[in-house]
Amino acid sequence: MIELKNVCKSFKVSKRNAGFKNAVRALFKREYEIVHALRDVSFSIGDGEMVGYIGPNGAGKSSTIKIMSGILTPDSGECVVNGRVPWRDRAEYVREIGVVFGQRSQLWWDVPVIDSFELIKDIYRVDRVTYRKNLDELTERLALSEILRTPVRQLSLGQRMRCEIAASLLYDPKILFLDEPTIGLDAVSKLAVRDFIKERHREHGTTVILTTHDMQDIEALTERVILIGKGRILSDGSFEDLLKKGKSGGTVEQTVAALYEELDI
Amino acid sequence: MKKYISFFRIRFVAGLQYRAAAWAGVSTQFVWGFLSILLFRAFYETSPGSFPMEFSQLSGYLWLQQAFLGMFMAWFLDPEILESVTSGAIAYELCRPVNIYGMWFTKNVAIRLSRTVLRCLPILLVAAFLPSPYGLSAPAGVLSFVLFVVSMFLGTAVLTAFSMLIYVSSFHTVSSMGIRTLAVSAVEFFSGALIPIPFFPDAMKTVLNLLPFASIQSTPFLIYVGYIPPSEGIARIALQLGWFAVLSAVGVLWMRRSLRRVVVQGG
Amino acid sequence: MNLYFKYLGILFKSRMQYKASFFMQSLGHFIIAFTGFAGMYFLFDRFHAVRGYTFQNVLLCFSVVTFAFSIAECFVRGFDSFPSLIRSGELDRILIRPRSVVFQVLTSRMEFTRVGRFLTATVVFIWAIPRCGVDWTFGKVAILLLMILGGVAVFSALFMIYAGFSFFTVEGLEFMNIFTDGTKEFGRYPLSIYGKELLLFYTFLIPIAPFQYYPFLYLIGHSDRVWYGLLPLAGALFLIPAYAFFRFGLKRYVSTGS
Repeated sequence: MIELKNVCKSFKVSKRNAGFKNAVRALFKREYEIVHALRDVSFSIGDGEMVGYIGPNGAGKSSTIKIMSGILTPDSGECVVNGRVPWRDRAEYVREIGVVFGQRSQLWWDVPVIDSFELIKDIYRVDRVTYRKNLDELTERLALSEILRTPVRQLSLGQRMRCEIAASLLYDPKILFLDEPTIGLDAVSKLAVRDFIKERHREHGTTVILTTHDMQDIEALTERVILIGKGRILSDGSFEDLLKKGKSGGTVEQTVAALYEELDI
Repeated sequence: MKKYISFFRIRFVAGLQYRAAAWAGVSTQFVWGFLSILLFRAFYETSPGSFPMEFSQLSGYLWLQQAFLGMFMAWFLDPEILESVTSGAIAYELCRPVNIYGMWFTKNVAIRLSRTVLRCLPILLVAAFLPSPYGLSAPAGVLSFVLFVVSMFLGTAVLTAFSMLIYVSSFHTVSSMGIRTLAVSAVEFFSGALIPIPFFPDAMKTVLNLLPFASIQSTPFLIYVGYIPPSEGIARIALQLGWFAVLSAVGVLWMRRSLRRVVVQGG
Repeated sequence: MNLYFKYLGILFKSRMQYKASFFMQSLGHFIIAFTGFAGMYFLFDRFHAVRGYTFQNVLLCFSVVTFAFSIAECFVRGFDSFPSLIRSGELDRILIRPRSVVFQVLTSRMEFTRVGRFLTATVVFIWAIPRCGVDWTFGKVAILLLMILGGVAVFSALFMIYAGFSFFTVEGLEFMNIFTDGTKEFGRYPLSIYGKELLLFYTFLIPIAPFQYYPFLYLIGHSDRVWYGLLPLAGALFLIPAYAFFRFGLKRYVSTGS
């Protein structure tokens, strides 16, 4: 169970103007701007749900994910996940979550994948038997057997993403955060990743929160979609309902783009 | 020429942006200069007769060194250039209608200048007001000052021409990091960045003065403080000019050959 | 501890993927440290002594500081290159793993090429040991080891403070060089040669003298206070405020995300 209540978060960003004169001026005086990344965000996600979290760039998606994974504390509001506040008892809490950042790797670049897996097993104190079982299952489902002995730097992006996902599931987390897991993948890899997430969700009842810009991910995976724009939750419900709000006609992508424009986010 | 000026401008403004870095740099270099002077004072007070120059000349040298650190630090190499060579992005540069040697050269000088312009003034100013013999005194004479300015430009040119050789060498090695470390520590040592050349043993001094490394910072600073009198300064400047001609000629030719190889082998 | 060695194994394995570069860089660090030694050699060739310390005396300081610095640079590299840990997002990954942050930062990077600097210190040390005028006894060897360990602790603390600052400013970090690189450079000489004020500063504010100067005085027989030999332990206490400062910065990072 994930519950966010009235979560607010703002950042101070320094302003910089172009040009030589401004560069010199900035040496002595710097101007700041307050950016409200999250304004009064509330939602709750039940156990075993699969939820898509969408919005344009800079809407506040990754701030929310960071708060839910304990990397960031909100200015105000509450966030309780499985009865715990993420940024307190950090070490206890993070054992229950898996996080995949599509743009970053958690694997050790120059050594074979299996070495990274073994290390993750030790970091999370997974016992031999459970590890073996999980590894076998993930290897089979994600078709990793061919690539486990390959150094990460030699993997294709699709192969690497499969390994990243496996790495986040080796210790049976109850909640899985996926931050743009299909970014940059080719069609085949995308389908493989989607199928796997679906299966995992069905068989293990893992709660999945997925952020993406790929509407086909959303269409294929989630029943429920939360839309965020300029730091506010704008809609929360089924994807069909969301699409109905926009102008009909055209592809899903066009509908969502039109919706973003209409909402001015 | 115009395109070089705009390269220069872009780099220069980018370098100016780092305000906190500039202040931090100034205070670091100031403290560093101060500690160096204290170190040499310890040697001076132990055995004044063995000191190869006036103590005030040494102080002047050390302050100039700190003030113009950004100009003459050999270890500063442009990461963008190194990256473009190792990643093969150099291929894009080849598509532009400019001479790569000229562009890189300009870029390097611009970065060094932008790092120095802001930092040198506060250091020079404070050092000028420190009590003698610990401060920076006025140049040894008008002629010395003129020669110093000319020699500073040539010193920058020699160092940049040398850096270009390091960049080009990274076309030919899998890991250029090692060569870079070696080249840089050689420059630091032989150019008088660690200890001024007058403090080396006499036999070594003669050799060091002829090597290109002395042309970098040692020559201009020693002219300023009057350790090298103007009469000799002119000969040293001619030597700087000679080394610049040699190093840049080698650099241009080597680069041309290396680029041809890149084009042929596809990076 | 077991996990630490596993990390070490992975990092070493990664590093050995690029053997040529590893050896070249180690050689580079050997040369850099060696030019530092050569500079000292030339100075002493001219002046013979500095404020009553002979070259061989001073080499003891040189070796202790160089040993300590190279060890700290190798194993505490994660703190020393902390800004890159923040920039690359590795810190976020660290925060979502169920182990202590300090442990994970320590195991995120190790710079094995510093073996070059270590080698310089070893060579100088072996040369200086029989010549530095110390009557080596078991106790004195223990003090020497304590000096090196104390130095590692103080340098580690300095790197930790550096990391703490990088939560607040990235550009302004250069100032910390005066304490890290500065100590490595100027700490080659007994700290008293810079004057009394600096010695006090380096005794009480940044505790370099407790591992570098006072025990050194005892070793070379300039002082007969045996307890000077235990001062490196006091210097190591510097780790406590350094750690507190790092925690303070980390707390801010978690609340601002920048």
